[in-house]
Amino acid sequence: MHRNDFVRQLSSPGGDRRPSRVMHLDIPLLLLLLVLCGIGLTVLFSASGESIGYVKRQATFMLVGLVSMIAVAQFTPRFWERWSIVIYAGGLLSLVAVLFFGVGAKGAQRWLDLGFTRFQPSELMKIAVPMMISAYLSNRYMPPRFKHVFFAAVATSLPVFLVARQPDLGTSLIIFSSGFFAIFLAGLGKRYLVSTGLLAIAAIPILWFYVLLDYQKQRVLTLLSPEQDKLGAGWNIIQSTTAIGSGGWSGKGWTQGTQSQLNFLPESHTDFIIAVLAEEFGLIGVLTLLVVYMLLIGRCMLIAVNAQTMFSRLLAGTLSLTFFVYVFVNMGMVSGILPVVGAPLPFISYGGSAIVTLFIGFGILMAISTEPKRI
Amino acid sequence: MMDDAAFSDPARERRLFASRLFIGSLATLFLSIVLIARYFDLQISRYEDFATQSNKNRVLVRPLPPSRGLIYDRNGALIADNRPSYNLTIVPERSENTEQLLAELAKLITISERDLQRFQKNLKRRRPFEQTTLRVNLSEEERATLAVNGHRLAGAETSARLIRYYPYGELFAHAAGYMGRINERESQTIEAVKYSGTDSIGKIGLEKFYETQLLGSVGSEQVETNAQGRVMRVLDKTAAESGANLTLFLDHKLQRAGFDAFNGERGALVAIEIETGGILAMVSTPSYDPNLFVTGISQKNYDNLLYSKDRPLFDRAIRGQYPPGSTIKPLFGLTALNSKTVSSSFTIKDNGYFYFKGIERPWRDHNFAQGGHGDGVDLAKAIIESCDVYFYELGVRTGIDMLSEHAAEFGLGHKTGIDMPGERPGIMPSRAWKKGARGQSWFNGDTINVSIGQGYMLATPLQLAVMSARIASRGDVRTPRLVKAINGVETNATDIVGKIQIDDKHWDYVHQAMQDVVHSVRGTARSINTGLSYKIAGKTGTAQVISINAEEQYDSSKLDKRQWDHALFVAFAPVKNPKIAIGLILENGEHGGSSAAPIARAVFDAYMQSQESTTVVNR
Repeated sequence: MHRNDFVRQLSSPGGDRRPSRVMHLDIPLLLLLLVLCGIGLTVLFSASGESIGYVKRQATFMLVGLVSMIAVAQFTPRFWERWSIVIYAGGLLSLVAVLFFGVGAKGAQRWLDLGFTRFQPSELMKIAVPMMISAYLSNRYMPPRFKHVFFAAVATSLPVFLVARQPDLGTSLIIFSSGFFAIFLAGLGKRYLVSTGLLAIAAIPILWFYVLLDYQKQRVLTLLSPEQDKLGAGWNIIQSTTAIGSGGWSGKGWTQGTQSQLNFLPESHTDFIIAVLAEEFGLIGVLTLLVVYMLLIGRCMLIAVNAQTMFSRLLAGTLSLTFFVYVFVNMGMVSGILPVVGAPLPFISYGGSAIVTLFIGFGILMAISTEPKRI
Repeated sequence: MMDDAAFSDPARERRLFASRLFIGSLATLFLSIVLIARYFDLQISRYEDFATQSNKNRVLVRPLPPSRGLIYDRNGALIADNRPSYNLTIVPERSENTEQLLAELAKLITISERDLQRFQKNLKRRRPFEQTTLRVNLSEEERATLAVNGHRLAGAETSARLIRYYPYGELFAHAAGYMGRINERESQTIEAVKYSGTDSIGKIGLEKFYETQLLGSVGSEQVETNAQGRVMRVLDKTAAESGANLTLFLDHKLQRAGFDAFNGERGALVAIEIETGGILAMVSTPSYDPNLFVTGISQKNYDNLLYSKDRPLFDRAIRGQYPPGSTIKPLFGLTALNSKTVSSSFTIKDNGYFYFKGIERPWRDHNFAQGGHGDGVDLAKAIIESCDVYFYELGVRTGIDMLSEHAAEFGLGHKTGIDMPGERPGIMPSRAWKKGARGQSWFNGDTINVSIGQGYMLATPLQLAVMSARIASRGDVRTPRLVKAINGVETNATDIVGKIQIDDKHWDYVHQAMQDVVHSVRGTARSINTGLSYKIAGKTGTAQVISINAEEQYDSSKLDKRQWDHALFVAFAPVKNPKIAIGLILENGEHGGSSAAPIARAVFDAYMQSQESTTVVNR
């Protein structure tokens, strides 16, 4: 390990002595995250049928996440840049391992059983892919040349494909976005953008006939006309839009949402939790949450623009845009403008791995934000 | 590896990155606006729709079926009761695989092909979260089996509801009728709302006639349900109103006495309480168990009833139309006396045959073989010994118009108006009737046939009882009624709706003659007078089942029993202060006096006994 990997150098010349700097914390980011966690626990209490158990477990995940975040923030961006290729390679190998030795539930094979705990390589890849692509491209000529774009695209596609086969379309989509954003922010030429767009359109039939599984196709069809199958696949969307719509301006009140409390809403404490918030706190609640998200993303973009190295910039920018993809995909699918892909709402949906991964991402952002200025 | 970077221009790269991030932030902003627009559209623009939808989701209005009114006899004995029955229902949505569930259930309990067919048919009409009945009337054992295996039978439920039960079984089957499943035709005529929560309706008898009163009014319950349809709480409730209880004039002891007296033979009996016009007993034999119909009769059982030679489903009391034979003689005697076409001193000589001018072939008396009833036959003797020749003469003298008009007053030839569905009118022929029904003119020969209750003439046992009651009451016209009180409130059944105007001395004369039918040594029903502590007035009758040529003689030994004559009897008692009147027929019973009259005697005895041990409990 390099001697400079720890940014916490008590004797750094011109070093900032504020505790936040010493601890490598970005206070606005931290505050926004705590607000989100607060909102998350509040809604979760109602969504889980007023279960203190769920709230306690979720709070524990958040605590683990916070500690992980602070730990990650203690390493310099330089450290992550150097180790990114190793982390990526390890993640890819684990994904392959999942293919053969993975365990899972409900027909999806996502975990590696390490004996003492379960490990979800696809979560790791949410960080590893943008890190690896950012490291790769930041050390090349910008805008990237074709061979670099090609290499980056392949590096993104491998995990995307492996995760999609698990199948976990939501995570696969996040990994794909992060890779794409890194290449895009690195200055991908307009020609590439246009041809990528065309390629994507051309890929739709191939995806439809060879890649997507029946239930995934069903979800897309359901999106187009949920009324077709009121009690089957359309049920979720009809119930979630009903929950959202019946919330009105100010909602039915905390724990008073009939759709969620009477179990009409499926997955109400995980992927569909935004419907509970919308039903119980109305449009005001939805807007408040969106504002917090936008402030968070704004802060992240500011960190990206002010970052010291191109690697830091690319990674910070990618993470902030990817974070928005989480929000958009989840809120879009629950409100019926996107197909249901199984993506959690960051910091609000119940679930340990996703939360810890998110915190780790923000830990890296904090490391970038608190990196000492180069003179 | 670092060669590219060596030529890089950090400032330019920074600007490129900044512009790209700016594009990214614009896209973010734009997509956020898309989200806001979507949520605004759902939560504000379409709020009303979704609020309504959400309410509909959770609030369910469930019908609360009323409990059907009970039917009691006059002494408070329960004739139609409600008792719990356990059904097996399926909620398809709650079962993972309905086919598999059905297969699983079939292993545990018997599910017939018919159950399955009905289930599949109903399933199509119901929504997947609604209950559909698979089996009715689960036995205790079946319920236990289902309960034990409940954990692997998700979607199957046993539910209790009240069904009709007839404790007396076949005894009141024809009078009370029965309940059955609402069929296709009925479902189109009934008001669906009133029958929500029930699938049964009165099919025949009182159950049908008093359907509206018995039904009660359906209540409702607004409940909040969760997505699985489980009721979380009751928001609002309108209680169902039970149907009205009916108290009948029927007396189960008389009914039993009459039913048993038939001894399984085919026939019918109606006993009327003279004071009120109420029906004391109404028997049609053979009968059937109405409980078979309540939850749907099996095809096999139904075929057995439907195709039985004895026609147990046929209500002979109100739908059986028979030639009344000699039982109408007292009535025609009264008619002739009252219209002065004969007098009490008028006599004839009967040598067994009656010749009418211009017709070569004679009408014969039933005892022509014994040479007739001899000299000096007056009206009384003609009634007591049932002399046909006298009545041929009387008929010709009185004329069909007078006979027909008078008979109608006594309830013949038209429906009596009893509170039962399906009553038949019988036939009291007249010139107009023959013209209408047969397109022919009336002949004197027709009158001669009618004057002994044959020819075109037909009457139901109920009509015979009504006629008997009107003779007994000296002309009080009352509509026969089964229902005495509805919910304890007496109906106006006892009202007199008319009075037949006949001189008292004629009533006395005919009553005396009818008493002598039973109590004199030559009376045709004298066989029943042994040990009588009260006086019965009656008249026997015989109705031919097949026509016998004038040259031949009726000989039952040469005929199949089903071709034997029907035996009839009308009577009332006690003669001085008539309380009860009876009309009855015993199919192929041959002789009114020896086979039909004893049945009436059994009912009279039962009635007298109940009067002695009187402190009648009224409910």
